[in-house]
Amino acid sequence: MSSGIEAQVLQPYKYGFVTDIESETVPPGLSEDVIRLISEKKGEPAWMVDWRLKAYRNWLKSPEPHWANVQYGPIDYQAISYYAAPKQRPKLDSLEQVDPKLLETFEKLGIPIEERKRLAGVAVDAVFDSVSVATTFREELKKHGVIFCAISDAIREYPELVQQYLGSVVPYNDNFFAALNSAVFTDGSFVYVPKGVRCPMELSTYFRINAESTGQFERTLIVADEGSYVSYLEGCSAPVRDENQLHAAVVELVALDRATIKYSTIQNWYPGDEEGRGGIYNFVTKRGACRGRSSKISWTQVETGSAITWKYPGCILQGDDSIGEFYSVAVTNHRQQADTGTKMIHMGKNTRSTIVSKGISAGRGQNTYRGLVKILKGAEHARNYSQCDSMLIGDRCGAHTFPYIDVRNSSAIMEHEASTSKIGEDQIFYAKQRGLSAEDAVSMIVNGFCKEVFKELPMEFAVEAQRLLGISLEGSVG
Amino acid sequence: MTDVPDRTAPYVADFEAFARNGASGAPDWLKELREGAIGRFAELGFPTMKQEEWRFTSVAPIADQRFILAHAPGSPGPSGTPVGLPAPSDIERLCLGAGPRVVFVDGRHAPTLSTPADLVGGARAGSLAAALRTDAGGELARAHLARHARWRDSAFAALNTAFLADGAFVHVPADVTLERPLEVVFVSTGRARSEGPLVSHPRSLIVVERGARAAVVETYAALSDGVYWTNAVTEVVVGAGAWAELYRVQREGPHSFQVATTHSRQDRDSYLGLHVVTLGAALARHDIDAVLDGAGAELILNGLYLLGGAQHADHHTVIDHAQPHCASHEFFNGVLAERSHGVFTGRIIVRPGAQRTDSKQTNNNLLLSTEARADSQPQLEIYADDVKCTHGSTVGPIDQMQLYYLRSRGLTPEAARSILTYGFGAEILDRMRHPVVRDRLDRLVRERLA
Repeated sequence: MSSGIEAQVLQPYKYGFVTDIESETVPPGLSEDVIRLISEKKGEPAWMVDWRLKAYRNWLKSPEPHWANVQYGPIDYQAISYYAAPKQRPKLDSLEQVDPKLLETFEKLGIPIEERKRLAGVAVDAVFDSVSVATTFREELKKHGVIFCAISDAIREYPELVQQYLGSVVPYNDNFFAALNSAVFTDGSFVYVPKGVRCPMELSTYFRINAESTGQFERTLIVADEGSYVSYLEGCSAPVRDENQLHAAVVELVALDRATIKYSTIQNWYPGDEEGRGGIYNFVTKRGACRGRSSKISWTQVETGSAITWKYPGCILQGDDSIGEFYSVAVTNHRQQADTGTKMIHMGKNTRSTIVSKGISAGRGQNTYRGLVKILKGAEHARNYSQCDSMLIGDRCGAHTFPYIDVRNSSAIMEHEASTSKIGEDQIFYAKQRGLSAEDAVSMIVNGFCKEVFKELPMEFAVEAQRLLGISLEGSVG
Repeated sequence: MTDVPDRTAPYVADFEAFARNGASGAPDWLKELREGAIGRFAELGFPTMKQEEWRFTSVAPIADQRFILAHAPGSPGPSGTPVGLPAPSDIERLCLGAGPRVVFVDGRHAPTLSTPADLVGGARAGSLAAALRTDAGGELARAHLARHARWRDSAFAALNTAFLADGAFVHVPADVTLERPLEVVFVSTGRARSEGPLVSHPRSLIVVERGARAAVVETYAALSDGVYWTNAVTEVVVGAGAWAELYRVQREGPHSFQVATTHSRQDRDSYLGLHVVTLGAALARHDIDAVLDGAGAELILNGLYLLGGAQHADHHTVIDHAQPHCASHEFFNGVLAERSHGVFTGRIIVRPGAQRTDSKQTNNNLLLSTEARADSQPQLEIYADDVKCTHGSTVGPIDQMQLYYLRSRGLTPEAARSILTYGFGAEILDRMRHPVVRDRLDRLVRERLA
């Protein structure tokens, strides 16, 4: 490919600005006192504090995992501040009371918090550092019985629901980062869709890290009761900084009989600069439980940001005839590293799962697909289809595939396919001779490569994802 | 990571006795190698299921027992005393071809059972122990032994290296072509001592020099159904432009354990066909470590495992594309009946700069019972961009449509099932080149499936 493209200047990370806002930060460090302090700030009941402390004690005992195919220096957990919130909070009644700087921030990020600017009927929960700033359309949704609010509000307002489901999919002792999250999580969204309700609009949470030396530890819990449907979107970004910031989230989904949850993520944390300085460590535990018969959970993710991604959204297919899906596009450029994939655990009869993973590596990026398909003894006639394709752009990047397949039922059918290739010079040549620039040709080929995943995204997000992909890969062709 | 020390201690003690007596005649380099290896074994200990490489295979049945070195110093060995040697007819029925054969009983060379190798062009096929005693053989062994096997990473390969004494030694000089396949047979008597069952550590070295052509058939078999453990290592070196085939048939006894490693290193423009058929042992683990270390090298790796009862077989293959323009094609099929458990881990590594690599890997598993279990981990690790790498893996029962078709042609369900199962295995056999060996293996597979 021509050197002209090689010389192309890299477009800077667009969301790297810092909002100058006075914030209240807990001094760095983690101890039982810090956890009690966070809990107190949130006005949490006693059972919540106990649960957090239990998680913390467990975290102290558990070893940090190092099996992922990523490299990073040791993280000093005592140097992180576990709580940061913009000042002037106590109880916001309406958006007018929100600091205009915050509104401006989200405006700049393209997130409509003001309801009059309703964007195709998407309800948004905006999380800024450790707290939820605003949740739109709460009243409108309430009319349908749908609860959509910050999880800290839910703990106060719907304690029975939260207590019943929190930690039921990802227990506090699940893994090192889940334990850490359970101990210190601050905000995130809570969604409950009652029986038979089809949620009238897309729900969305936007996470923004702003403060320095903090980590973000959000927790999202979505419960879809019998026969309900909900589509949830998640987006995120952070300022450009030389330090590495930790983001350790936990997402739990519960789908009861015939319920469907569609969960889409566009992850665009700051990826660090060309030399790998700075960027977010995105160590996330996401899991959904298809508890009911014929329930369905579908994960779609577009991972373009973060210095390091460690993320395996999974489905536990407990109910008979339940369905799990995982569609993923992961892009690593410069020195980004991603170790991502999914876990599909088949327990119920006739359970089905589909995995489509597309990895794109450029620059010195390392991209790993790691997935588990486990078909247990009782999962009669379970079916899995997995496809993992990798595309390499440049000769200094890497693409790796580590699927784990464990089948214990002979009536189950499991298929896995993977391929690795580079963009063909003949393809580029063809596109160029039809008058396209090399850059456009690459973008077209890459978008075609990811089409199967993009078509799973809600429309506005699909457009956003295509644009993001273009930005992430710019300057990498050569 | 290290196991409780008392598991390895008896072997370290055995080694000291071995080093004092039986191995004292060895050259210095070999003594040093053995010393280093036993140290490494003690360091590593027996692997546990917590280790990624051993996630699906527990070696507790081996680690929990005390195995006695089959040829401990001072004990009467079959090479010294013809008493207790198996009958030639017993060996005869284990052989796959009609070529010259080298036979080992409990890990030691049995010259009376071997046929005199009358080979062309100065090629040699015999015992490693004998070769080590000659100057030329010693030099060759020194140049290659333990240079290819990564014993530092594996406790079992380290243990084998520590007790390195005998095994097959095949040397085909440059530009020599061997018409008939060489047969290497390792039989275990399955006899135990009062202190415990026996372990042997056969160590083989196969060197096919530049431009030479040869095929070797390696068979591991039992003469009784006693408890014993075979811990084998084979190193295969294929020179530039050479053509080599290695057939490896594992028919160990039903109560035996086998842990083995096959390491190969290929030079420029060479061809290696490695065909693995695993039928026996209660617990079997086979590591295949193939390095394509010269541009234009080609590797064909075929595997077939037929398991039943409570058998457990774990195949662990690593294909390392270290140089550009190499091709590797790997095809492993598993048929799992009753309560058997098949594990396959296949890793393809494409090193930085190994451009134009063409690598394909497939692992298919057929589950014949609800109790059978298959674990499959195909893995790609790629650090070059101009490559073509694919892998595929399937696990499933017999296809209902195929069954229906055959039944519609008037076959009974049993006959239809048996044809389809055989067909699954035949897919691998058809990829083997040597007609005589393939026919014999085909018969073995049919017997096994009947």
